[in-house]
Amino acid sequence: MICTNNNYKEYVDARAKKSNILKDCTLAFLVGGIICCLGKCMGDMYKALGVSEEIVKILVPVSLVLISVILTGVGIFDKIAKQAGAGTLVPITGFANAVASPAIDNKSEGFVMGVGAKMFVVAGPVIVYGTTASVICGTIEVVVKWLF
Amino acid sequence: MAVLKLTNRPHIISSATVVGNHEHEGPLKDYFDMYDKSNEFGQNTWEKAESEMNKNALRLCVEKIGLKYHDIDLLFGGDLLNQCCGTTFGVKDSNISFYGIYGACSTFTLGLSLSAMCVNAGYYKRCASTASSHFCTSERQFRTPVEYGGQRSPTSQWTVTGSGCVILENDKDKNGVYVNEVMAGKIVDLGINDVNNMGAAMAPAAHDTLKNYFLESGNKPSDFDIIATGDLGYEGYQILKDMMKKDDIILGDNYTDCGLLIYNRERQDMHAGGSGCGCSAVVTCGYFFDLFKQNKIKDMLIISTGALLSSTSTMQGLTIPGIAHLVRLTKD
Repeated sequence: MICTNNNYKEYVDARAKKSNILKDCTLAFLVGGIICCLGKCMGDMYKALGVSEEIVKILVPVSLVLISVILTGVGIFDKIAKQAGAGTLVPITGFANAVASPAIDNKSEGFVMGVGAKMFVVAGPVIVYGTTASVICGTIEVVVKWLF
Repeated sequence: MAVLKLTNRPHIISSATVVGNHEHEGPLKDYFDMYDKSNEFGQNTWEKAESEMNKNALRLCVEKIGLKYHDIDLLFGGDLLNQCCGTTFGVKDSNISFYGIYGACSTFTLGLSLSAMCVNAGYYKRCASTASSHFCTSERQFRTPVEYGGQRSPTSQWTVTGSGCVILENDKDKNGVYVNEVMAGKIVDLGINDVNNMGAAMAPAAHDTLKNYFLESGNKPSDFDIIATGDLGYEGYQILKDMMKKDDIILGDNYTDCGLLIYNRERQDMHAGGSGCGCSAVVTCGYFFDLFKQNKIKDMLIISTGALLSSTSTMQGLTIPGIAHLVRLTKD
């Protein structure tokens, strides 16, 4: 039975233990929700301190990025992310970790070819394709508006 | 493929192990010679830490039996890092003639086989062999940055931070453990390309080696006190048992896997178990040799299993070929 590539792959896939989707989704929902609530609380706090709406929109993500980078630096972020999965990955916290972790990791190869060159090794595709997608969408919007 | 009987009985005269924190917290903690809680071994980079482990394993192995580096004629050593730098920088100051070897996680039995063959043939009086891996250097090279926050799949394995070293001597009259037989494995590739399921990628190679060993030698699994694979982990362990069963070879309770022995998978959250060159190296040099010393076992097979991939080959979507080298260790 186990002799060809195809049926071996089928056999391996069938017996491999799968992740607990319900548990993963619940934890992701809860942790992601807590991060969003934290962002909202921060926003309200900045507003209460008299910061203008425009600045608050910048300050909240900056604060979340700062917290994520600090937690990555002290080695706590990956422990939370291990349980939270998409809960920490999808918000801006995931992006911050994806930039901070290779920066820390590659410090040993120097600040130019290590930190500088490798900092975006994980987040690079998000930046490249995120920017490309926004350019394409923007172009489509301009063309559609121009036509109609 | 042939079973090579080493009639001059190359004896294992010394062994030493150096491990990291998780390994020290595992069920085999009492069997290791040295550990470092931080996994840094006093170094400022993970790669230097791995080299330091190798340096200490070799040093301890030589010192244990009152020898000096110049008493060792030849050293085989390897690890998982590019160009085997983890070993090179660790052993360079010993000034021992050195062959750097690469067999991925099968490096331990590869080095042990080569040392045993050289000693058996009488080319050298004493040969040493080291194998190491470090969780952080492997993560950096093959996966994601150490601090990256991601989830591991249930079939993924944890690279063992550890280095094991053995010294073999050509002395027929010595008592103790000797390398009885060796068998080089073939590269077996059944098309697995999931880097999070190395056990499944390597199990067919272990099956090929083990099946051919039993066919050629005429031995049965029940003839051995222990049959241990290197780092198949839970998935590969079960797959190998299934595959052997289909060939009417039943692996019983004496079959184990070093990747399952080194950690408490549930308590330490190690998913499918341990992996890496260091896995079979420290379990054999620490745990199995101690069982031999206590006369709890007399005859065993150790089959270190390697996944012959590179970070480039996986990025290009290539499959993961496996290899498994067998060594039979015996004590009279």
